[in-house]
Amino acid sequence: MTAYVRPRSVKEALETRAAHPDWMVLAGGTDLMVSANHRAEPVGMLDLWRLDELCFIRADRDKVSIGAGATWWEIENHAVIGNRLTPLAAAAREIGALQIQARGTLGGNVGTSSPVGDSLPALLALDAEIEVASVRGRRRIPYSEYCTGYRTTQLAADELIIAAHLPLPETTQSLMWRKVGTRRAQSISKVMGAAAIAVDGGTVVSARVAFGAIANRPIRLTGIEEAVKGLRVGTQAADAARMAMRAAIKPIDDVRSTASYRLQVAENLVARFFGQRGMIRRA
Amino acid sequence: MNITLEINGKAHSVDVSPWKRLLDVLREDVKLTGTKEGCGEGECGACSVMLDGEVVNSCLVAIGQCGSRKVTTVEGLANGDVLHAVQRALVECGGAQCGICTPGIAVCAAHVVDRRLVDLDEANARAKIRELLSGNICRCTGYQLIVDAILVAAKEVAK
Repeated sequence: MTAYVRPRSVKEALETRAAHPDWMVLAGGTDLMVSANHRAEPVGMLDLWRLDELCFIRADRDKVSIGAGATWWEIENHAVIGNRLTPLAAAAREIGALQIQARGTLGGNVGTSSPVGDSLPALLALDAEIEVASVRGRRRIPYSEYCTGYRTTQLAADELIIAAHLPLPETTQSLMWRKVGTRRAQSISKVMGAAAIAVDGGTVVSARVAFGAIANRPIRLTGIEEAVKGLRVGTQAADAARMAMRAAIKPIDDVRSTASYRLQVAENLVARFFGQRGMIRRA
Repeated sequence: MNITLEINGKAHSVDVSPWKRLLDVLREDVKLTGTKEGCGEGECGACSVMLDGEVVNSCLVAIGQCGSRKVTTVEGLANGDVLHAVQRALVECGGAQCGICTPGIAVCAAHVVDRRLVDLDEANARAKIRELLSGNICRCTGYQLIVDAILVAAKEVAK
């Protein structure tokens, strides 16, 4: 029978992880339990759900720190995230529906690092750092380096995800987010993208652009970021962004969409990001 | 593994694998068959229950995670013979057809109404209900009457 441990502290969690690197680490289970019916029982479960030390959202003057155990419902309803980290709040609101948002956690999305993980382009565009820990100590990794390939990450076998740290962008930055799926709720993305764009006098000074579901992992699109620098926001930057997107990605056909649809949508979204037509929807 | 949890206000002990789904424990071990299995993948919401006051898909919860926690199923919504406001409204408005999604809808709607998540002053209360209930799929596509019922219940609870 599956062994089960519900640690009372991060220290106990890390010790359990070090002793049992083959156990399943579980929080809300919205991803890992989907196949519960169809696969062998795990050797053991390390249950991090509602572990107090991981369930926090702290807003400081210049950054927000989100514990790995914070749920999407908590994230989307946090005032500072809703006002200042809008792509993350918008992504949270489009992750599954109420039932999934009540259980899905930031740590789960980062841990799995699926190419279609909805929060991940937002974390990239907002320049998030991931804090991880083991009995050996703690370290921080920019999310842009954290995910290394298709569902592979830098997390070592004895490490656990503790938090994400997001600098608060200048209020003058334009923040963008858009998810495109089969329907608004509950669907897995065909394409999603996020951007943080700094503009001065109508000209792009710098930008971070990140997309999901168009490569084997969520990616920053540095070619686009370079291409739009110094260009006028509007048609000029939008056209350059579109061209750079076309050159940068090679999406695939799969059960959810086709390569040509994904390419067209990714181009359209990035063009709209730099055309400065607001993309963050709030009902 | 012996697991004790509170279900609809009563303590229950089960001796099962911690990997067993809460949904299966409710139906097979506790014999509360009001909770239905639809997709089994967290998409349809038929198996919705409340876990420590939040609505969750019970097909995605391992029973090991439920030790010392509180679960409310559709059987626990009514207070004795007095139906919950959403149950009454679903009956009155005809917000049920084949019935398989109904327990999940009732649980999710009760949560939404009791937590006052629908702002009645909002011009788009119906759109908000649709968003909050978007994790509950009705295969008979009877959404209009379900939304009607939840709006009626929300107004009644707000009184």
